[in-house]
Amino acid sequence: MRRYFLRKLLTYLVTFFIAATIDWLIPRMMPGNPIASLVTRSCTGCSPEFAQAMVTHYQNLFGLDKSLPEQFIGFWVSLVQGDLGLSIYGNGRPVASMIMGAAPYTLAVLVPAILLSWIIGNTAGAIAARRRWLDNTVLPVGYVLTATPYMWLGLVVAFVLSFQLRWFPMSLGYSQNLEPSLTIDFFLDLVSHWIMPFMSLFLVMFGGWAIGMRNMIIYELESDYSRYLEALGAPQGLIRNYAFRNAMLPQITGLALQLGVIVAGSLVTEIVFQYPGVGQLVFNAIKSEDYFLLQGIFLFIIIGVLAANFIVDIVYVIVDPRTRVAMRGGTA
Amino acid sequence: MGKSRILALLAVAVLIGSACSNSSTSPSAAPVSTGNTPVVTPAASATPAASAAADVNSYPRAQTLYTTGKQWGAPSTWNPLDPNAAMGVVGLQYETLFLYDPLKDVYTPWLAAAAGTWDDAKTTYTVKVRTGVKWSDGSDFTADDVAFTINLGLTMKSLGSSLPQAGLTSATASDKTTVVVKFSASPAYQEWAQWLYNSPIVPKAIWSKETDATILKNTNWNGVGTGPYTTKAHADDRMVWQKNPNWWAKAALNLEVKPQYIVDLVNGANSVALGQLLQGGIDLSNNFLPGVASVVSGGYGVTTYFPSTPYMLAGNTAVLVPNTTKKPLDDAAFRKALATAINVDDIVNKVYGQIVAKSDPTGLLPYFSKYIDANQVKALGVTFDTAKAKAMLAAAGYKVGKDGFVTNKDGSALKLKLEVPDGWSDWMAAENSIAASAKAAGINIDPQHPDYNTVVADRNRKDDGSAPAFDLIINNDVQVGNTPWTWYDYVFRLPLPNGAAENRNFEGYKNDVAWALVQKLDKTPVDDLATMKTIASQLQKIQLTDEPIIPLWYNGIWSQVNNSVWTNWPSDKGNQVLPATWNGYWQMGAVLMLTQITAVPPAK
Repeated sequence: MRRYFLRKLLTYLVTFFIAATIDWLIPRMMPGNPIASLVTRSCTGCSPEFAQAMVTHYQNLFGLDKSLPEQFIGFWVSLVQGDLGLSIYGNGRPVASMIMGAAPYTLAVLVPAILLSWIIGNTAGAIAARRRWLDNTVLPVGYVLTATPYMWLGLVVAFVLSFQLRWFPMSLGYSQNLEPSLTIDFFLDLVSHWIMPFMSLFLVMFGGWAIGMRNMIIYELESDYSRYLEALGAPQGLIRNYAFRNAMLPQITGLALQLGVIVAGSLVTEIVFQYPGVGQLVFNAIKSEDYFLLQGIFLFIIIGVLAANFIVDIVYVIVDPRTRVAMRGGTA
Repeated sequence: MGKSRILALLAVAVLIGSACSNSSTSPSAAPVSTGNTPVVTPAASATPAASAAADVNSYPRAQTLYTTGKQWGAPSTWNPLDPNAAMGVVGLQYETLFLYDPLKDVYTPWLAAAAGTWDDAKTTYTVKVRTGVKWSDGSDFTADDVAFTINLGLTMKSLGSSLPQAGLTSATASDKTTVVVKFSASPAYQEWAQWLYNSPIVPKAIWSKETDATILKNTNWNGVGTGPYTTKAHADDRMVWQKNPNWWAKAALNLEVKPQYIVDLVNGANSVALGQLLQGGIDLSNNFLPGVASVVSGGYGVTTYFPSTPYMLAGNTAVLVPNTTKKPLDDAAFRKALATAINVDDIVNKVYGQIVAKSDPTGLLPYFSKYIDANQVKALGVTFDTAKAKAMLAAAGYKVGKDGFVTNKDGSALKLKLEVPDGWSDWMAAENSIAASAKAAGINIDPQHPDYNTVVADRNRKDDGSAPAFDLIINNDVQVGNTPWTWYDYVFRLPLPNGAAENRNFEGYKNDVAWALVQKLDKTPVDDLATMKTIASQLQKIQLTDEPIIPLWYNGIWSQVNNSVWTNWPSDKGNQVLPATWNGYWQMGAVLMLTQITAVPPAK
């Protein structure tokens, strides 16, 4: 058992090194020079002397006057010290603090959306596999929701609930006339801004889980072991239980992977609703060629995916007895 | 189920915690239009409790001005010496010695008590500063602060001041209210005049602690200024200003800014800005909003500076920049034919719906019309004429190839790439119009819209000075200001600037005679109108003959206002001041707008 996990850990470390290196490299392959864009954007009408001074200031601030190998070594040295560098988009603010500031918004929308849609979607899917009337209602709705382009769904939700009915505010993380404070008013305001991004994501994800689970259950119920149990006269409840446990395995993997790429998942949502999360940061980082912010965010995603995979490995050992048997050298 | 509900609540709690810790949230800037996004204002939905009005954490609607348009990213520095400073840092918090009004061509003493004077040799400038002005920390503003600020241009190399080149040698405070500024033999009067209204005065007591290495790194939140507002709050999608009750202009000029708070929102999609404007969530939008002509006539209470075409004041000139280091764009005859082939009226009418006006052939903004030599423009200026463009091409030796387009002189096929940044929808439409009218005259133009960073990379000469990659771009970097020198410096600057800092002479046009004239213009006193006109006329002759750049249209000072909460906005018929929150506009008189607008009494 220990050897198994040690081997896994080593694999993850190597994967991390390679992924982080690619993460460092890719943004630097974008065409253009971030400093030239930054100075062009912010220094319109500056004298040439001043524009040159700003270029020097920024190159110095971001260490972009160094050679690429030096920058690469610097990246790892800082990373080991927990320093993600300074953001170009943020005009020299630490990347870590920008991500920390945005992450709560993203997590607040995505964690509940993913978990609730997973639980409710799987439950609905499992039930639908056995009830024809549910199969005829939940499934088509699920198909439509999953197939809907999210951008469009978001706009429809916004148009109906916000523009027409005026139930919820349309954009931002909290109202433009408020300052963050520990008051009920502010809390309610936050919630009212949170609902639409959350709900639109929940709807889309719900459909996917429900369809997947429904199909898995039907597949399991028609597999040999179910038929054999049935032939032996086992009660329906027992067969369904076995089917459900087997059908859950891929869904658990799916959930873990979803949680791993959580930060990236909210990009479109946050742009549609102008919600101040990490997705917005990614969008802005790409536009400003912000190497540091981009690599910082993707580093989080890499760590998330690796951690999620690791957890899945462990959960599998617990949930699926066959894995345990295999690890002891037996065959299932 | 229960567990996940708790999880959800926890997540929301974490979210509140983070918002309250005043760590930044995140930006919202999305300059790309996301289509017809319908929008309601968050303000409308989030003013439920009248009790909240007394709370310092919320801003009463009737006392708050909502603006947008300047800020493209999260406000991240409040350093008045950094051009990236948040909306209002220069103008609302830090002030300049003078205001300059381009509409009337007048300098108004602001922190200065009166107009400055030059000695007989015209090398020493003396200016009195106001008494009774206080910094927001309560200390007195004195001539010493002004002398210190001017001297920063000499002492702080990292600020890249152009004052040393303008001839500045020293600035001293001869007493509490008098500043004496000394220049070498021939000062650049035009640049100095620009400095006087453009550069914010900072308090010596605070900024003298900075060194050359630290002065730009200071983000200066909660800084100390003399202006009508002080910083209140910021998040990644907004900047909030609070009225300074002790602003000097109240006693000195009987001026009072009306809004208690100003909330400036970071730009989102254009459609979001439009929606918020229509619903009264935003009072002043300095975004480019397509189709604003129909909004103005649509009964939404939205108005613009002019009630009808062109709706907006001119803010800068959009020009077609040819890469004059490439064939055939190095040929003045070809450039003139190209200029003759472009139907700018089509862009003005169809792309912009007449919210912009066609540029004068000289490219000078309407405010500079007195410098335009009208007869010369008549003789040399190009006007749109497809047949004439064809004839000009033929006369210059460009033959038409098999595909109907002119070829290079060596007979090879000719296709010019025209680039504008992706998402700049008006420019994207304009480049299609340019390509279409050029094609009609036989010039094959391929309109492209790569992302912004690529356009900048293609546009700039390399660090080693080698030629840039572009064929044609559209550019509008020179904003309205006090002197036509800025425009000619932009067109004729030598030696050619290179690399990331390049912001002049993108076309790479080398003309030593023109550059000598530009420098002479810079060194002409601002009140010597006759000499300025003479030099401007000579420069126009060169420009109209050689056509190094092709002026297209005047981009507007985009400004649309909602009259439901605040009214009496700047307009052609009323208060004639520039209605913009952009960099540099507050000190061109826009700050007066805040003293002129009036609150609309709430409807019963």
